[in-house]
Amino acid sequence: MATVRIYVTLKPSLLDSAGRTVAGSLQKLGFSEVQGVRIGKMIEVQLTDATDDRINEMCDKLLANPVIEDYRYEVIA
Amino acid sequence: MKVAVIRFPGSNCDQDAFHALNDMGLKAEYVWHDSGSLDGFDAAFVPGGFSYGDYLRCGAMAARSRIMGEVNRLAEAGCPVLGVCNGFQVLTEAGLLPGALMQNEHEKFLCQDVFLTTESDASWTREAKGKTLRIPIAHGEGRYIADAETLARVEGEGQVAFRYVENVNGSMNSIAGVVSPRGNVMGMMPHPERAASLRLGNTDGLVILRALELVRA
Repeated sequence: MATVRIYVTLKPSLLDSAGRTVAGSLQKLGFSEVQGVRIGKMIEVQLTDATDDRINEMCDKLLANPVIEDYRYEVIA
Repeated sequence: MKVAVIRFPGSNCDQDAFHALNDMGLKAEYVWHDSGSLDGFDAAFVPGGFSYGDYLRCGAMAARSRIMGEVNRLAEAGCPVLGVCNGFQVLTEAGLLPGALMQNEHEKFLCQDVFLTTESDASWTREAKGKTLRIPIAHGEGRYIADAETLARVEGEGQVAFRYVENVNGSMNSIAGVVSPRGNVMGMMPHPERAASLRLGNTDGLVILRALELVRA
């Protein structure tokens, strides 16, 4: 058994409107040092066997949309 | 003309589409995403809603469901395929249409009438050209985006089907709908099927739905 953590993030050039809202809320709570927030997803997948080819294929076919998102992953166990 | 109204778990504009199409004299039938085929159908309508609860991304799971192989086959055969709202998101996720739909610029879920214009010569919009249509929208994630190269191609090849008169959701170039390179697949965020009945106060959507009978690639 292997566990892979896949991080899916919006491409840096795209406006993250939810992130902008969260940044505003943090600032209203007094976190004046907050300059920006970007929200992504962390997807943890359990696999019998973690091979780069298969993980990339999963990301390309479903987990990330290459039009708007980037991804990276780490095998954690 | 027989039109398949595709149903996913979470579709909620399927009945609007079904009734609007049947009232126009077309023969609409529901097709469940996980069974059935599109044999014998002349067109497909991918309705709005929150397919698969919008898990992962809007339309992502629906775009990989079994029926989409059949929708793809219909599209390749040159038949009309129309995706509205979540259906538009499904068609972009499936790669049948360029670009993607992201959360509205100002975060709000928008439920209101919008005005649309078209300058496209695609069969989908031929009847609408020169008119300003009032069509309802109801979406939280309708901001159309595409990378610079794709956007230039969509603009250059006349694939922009409709633009918002007032850009309510921050879409690139005010794009409300696009057609496929061959012109037979169209996706749009506004709901023509909700503007197809005099009793409901608006028939502006009919010029769009009537194009189902004109589109052929």
